[in-house]
Amino acid sequence: MNAMSLIQETDLGTPPAAGEASVTLTIDGREVSVPEGTSVMRAAALAGIDIPKLCATDTLAAFGSCRLCLVEIAGRGGTPASCTTPVAGGMAVSTTGERLERLRHGVMELYLSDHPVGEIKGAVGQAARRAGVERVRYGVFAACHAGAATDESNPYFAFDPAACIVCSRCVRACDEVQGTFALTIAGRGFDSRVSASQEEPILGSECVSCGACVQACPTDALIEKSVRAAGLPERSVITTCAYCGVGCAFEAQLVGDEVVRMTPWKDGKANHGHSCVKGRFAWDYATHRERILRPLVRDAIGDPWREVSWDEAIAFAAGRLKSITAAHGRGAVGAITSSRCTNEETYLVQKLARAALHTNNVDTCARVCHSPTGYGLKAAFGTSAGTQDFDSVDHADVVLVIGANPTDAHPVFASRMKRRLRAGAKLIVVDPRAIDLVRSPHIEAAHHLALKPGTNVALLNALAHVVVTEGLVDEAFVRERCDLAAFQAWAAFVADEVNSPRTVEGVCGVPAAELRAAARLYATGGNGAIYYGLGVTEHSQGTTTVMAIANLAMATGNLGRPGVGVNPLRGQNNVQGACDMGSFPHELTGYRHISEEPVRRLFESLWGVTLDPEPGLRIPNMIDAALDGSFRGLYVQGEDILQSDPNSRHMAAGLSAMECVIVQDLFLNETASYAHVFLPGSTFLEKDGTYTNAERRIQRVRKVMEPRNGLADWEITERLSNALGYPMNYAHPSEIMVEIAAVTPTFAGVSYERLDALGSIQWPCNDAAPEGTPVMHIDRFARGAGEFILTEYVPTDERTGPRFPMLLTTGRVLSQYNVGAQTRRTENVVWHPEDRLEIHPHDAEHRGIADGAWVKLASREGETSLRALITPRVSPGVVYTTFHHPGTQANVVTTELSDWATNCPEYKVTAVQVTLSNGPTEWQTTAEAQNRLARRIAPIPAE
Amino acid sequence: MDARRLTAMANQIGAFFRAQGEAAAVAGVEDHLRRFWDPRMRREIVAHLNAGGEGLTPAVRAAVARLAFGSGGMK
Repeated sequence: MNAMSLIQETDLGTPPAAGEASVTLTIDGREVSVPEGTSVMRAAALAGIDIPKLCATDTLAAFGSCRLCLVEIAGRGGTPASCTTPVAGGMAVSTTGERLERLRHGVMELYLSDHPVGEIKGAVGQAARRAGVERVRYGVFAACHAGAATDESNPYFAFDPAACIVCSRCVRACDEVQGTFALTIAGRGFDSRVSASQEEPILGSECVSCGACVQACPTDALIEKSVRAAGLPERSVITTCAYCGVGCAFEAQLVGDEVVRMTPWKDGKANHGHSCVKGRFAWDYATHRERILRPLVRDAIGDPWREVSWDEAIAFAAGRLKSITAAHGRGAVGAITSSRCTNEETYLVQKLARAALHTNNVDTCARVCHSPTGYGLKAAFGTSAGTQDFDSVDHADVVLVIGANPTDAHPVFASRMKRRLRAGAKLIVVDPRAIDLVRSPHIEAAHHLALKPGTNVALLNALAHVVVTEGLVDEAFVRERCDLAAFQAWAAFVADEVNSPRTVEGVCGVPAAELRAAARLYATGGNGAIYYGLGVTEHSQGTTTVMAIANLAMATGNLGRPGVGVNPLRGQNNVQGACDMGSFPHELTGYRHISEEPVRRLFESLWGVTLDPEPGLRIPNMIDAALDGSFRGLYVQGEDILQSDPNSRHMAAGLSAMECVIVQDLFLNETASYAHVFLPGSTFLEKDGTYTNAERRIQRVRKVMEPRNGLADWEITERLSNALGYPMNYAHPSEIMVEIAAVTPTFAGVSYERLDALGSIQWPCNDAAPEGTPVMHIDRFARGAGEFILTEYVPTDERTGPRFPMLLTTGRVLSQYNVGAQTRRTENVVWHPEDRLEIHPHDAEHRGIADGAWVKLASREGETSLRALITPRVSPGVVYTTFHHPGTQANVVTTELSDWATNCPEYKVTAVQVTLSNGPTEWQTTAEAQNRLARRIAPIPAE
Repeated sequence: MDARRLTAMANQIGAFFRAQGEAAAVAGVEDHLRRFWDPRMRREIVAHLNAGGEGLTPAVRAAVARLAFGSGGMK
């Protein structure tokens, strides 16, 4: 896979058929057996016979437009298109012959008559050469598009209408693959042309810049600007995207050591050849001028940074950590692993904490996103992970999306989901905001339950109430698969009037009739699949909500087969993996509690140390402990806790109180302003490793280029550990995976060799499941019997009142990623140059706020200013913003309230007031000035 | 660490287990604190109880008391 040449993907022309029966036919005398429903074109390709084609590709339904793929079939008249002709038993097909060659020659002449002169590139050129066309009888430029201007509006790709053959592949890709329907064919006959929206520039149209059209284009009419600038790639490497939890496989294409294009890999089992604007295009942050490439140290955070060698920086960091532990004990230091880094890197950081620093004070950024998923699903099912693979959605009949916005945060999976919805599956959306899925082309939610933020548990209990009281429980499933006593207690609990839709309507603001209808649809509509995101977890009852979701799925028998399940959509690329790798302070790899002696003994014998059996501090506990002086040193790999964690003032105070903060990242992020050591990190393009996506799929990350900073992140951790006196001597991340597999039963069968052979593996992978586990809990739950858990609705302590009458909730947009460290340093800022505050027109009018006006957003914790976006997407009384830009300081406003079980912050509910303002607040202005000071790097003195 | 914050966190845990009945709630809170709270946090909530335990709900108060005297709780 680590190819030094360009990988040529095979295109079988049409998608695979779902038919189970086998059909045998002959093509050019060769006998071929294929599934019923397969096209003649695909059958021929599978037999090694390449029928000429232009409009056909195996990622799109057959279209029958280009007329190049004509064939002759014995006993049938005419020359049917092989792409649209299904195979039949005994069929005898000829793909060559004088008649076919003549027809194809004529077709190609017509294409070339409306094509620019000069070198004919791409598939058109190949087809022309293959058809033997040397001269075009009709001349060229006949009523062609030669005068049409190239659309250069999109920052990443251009569209040249003159090179377009109007084959509709781009239009079909936008429709079928992406599901945005932004492109169409305008005009008729020779005047036909590809048009974005109502003949608008691509950037201003509904296009979401996913790149599916560019991928589909056979003529280079749609082409990446990076390829136009750097030339066609020479070699390619298959790797995995470093953005969201979908985990798209990509082919990184290079000229020398320069990446010129990332194309989605068709064999990637998470994305099946699709991509989004982030993974496809937003990768040049790797070479951004603000990237730090040399280690930095300073004695105090008020000093300018000093550039030093790796040896000096590592010695400085290790020396400070050792001094702290000598003076204050091992409980005074800790580490944070990153969901953006590889499994191997997070494993090493937690190992460094436990074995080199002798503390369980290790946590991960999943603390602030999906830690309730881990707790809740482990309690209910026995495993801290989603139950399905992404392909499962193809078998869903009812899709319940709660607290997730897949089209923005998990766009490639959203496209799969939308395809299923267009095919007829029903949709229920539970969200305070009218996310795009509620109503988009050819999709409309059967129910949008626009609940008041903070009332998820009440709503889910009401749905369960309907299921139980209306006799919709799957009794056979419950009896066979679940703990019956726990079920009976739960059924009695949810049947109580306090959980009835009539009562809950007053709590969550959703009409009782809607609650009843949604519950009936989910319980009786066939396969019911639940997909959820941070709108579930980032609440004071985040874990309770996860449990309530699990209860609902078990009660309706929606587990243990394709098409159903409980599916957390993970925010970052390796949230699942970081959790799997023992990053939480209370557990070792594979979610085994640190207090379990046999587990500890396994690690102790391998690592040669004695492990502390007590849980360590979580991130918010570390900050609290820093303020009381009992926590003084922190090693943070790949996370910007100051920007991403709640209550920024509190976080800043905690970081300021520490004696040694070590930040390992690509850029001098907000946290680095409070750091004493900066260790420059490497991008996903510069290292080997694995990521585990939201469907538990472990995929390889392959080094595409040498690390510009000199070391991969795992090498940096290894050096720090060695300097601390605990030896680590891995020569390659594959050796780290060998160790992970040796200590983690669910990873026992995972190795780089197996990953290369299988492409990817979904854990558990062991002797019982040597090729992995796409769908979990098929015959029994991992814990044995499924556990129903009582989920009483407990209102959050965050309440609205006269001073703070509105509720703020936060989220993401498609073009940006989390704190924006990567995407803000790409052309993606074109789509989202600043965070805005979404406010309902009624609330805006009441406050005299015009669209685009500066407004002050104030909570009990703090205040910040940003510009308003007036939209009915939010309900009256609710405002919404993103936190992609550090200047917004959205987390100055959010509170320290957190989930009862995991301390996951309650980002989704903050009581606020919104008023007109004149611009940024004093805090914002001061913070910006402080950051400028904190990022000074002292000039290197002359020799 | 701030006793008010620890009290609020402990009470949240108590509120979750409340539906399971008092005995189960006390056991549930104690188990949760042992399994998920760093020893210094447990020490400080115990110290807070010993200082009167202002703000602790009854079940949480009972659970913290068991932390103080139960086996393997404090280090």
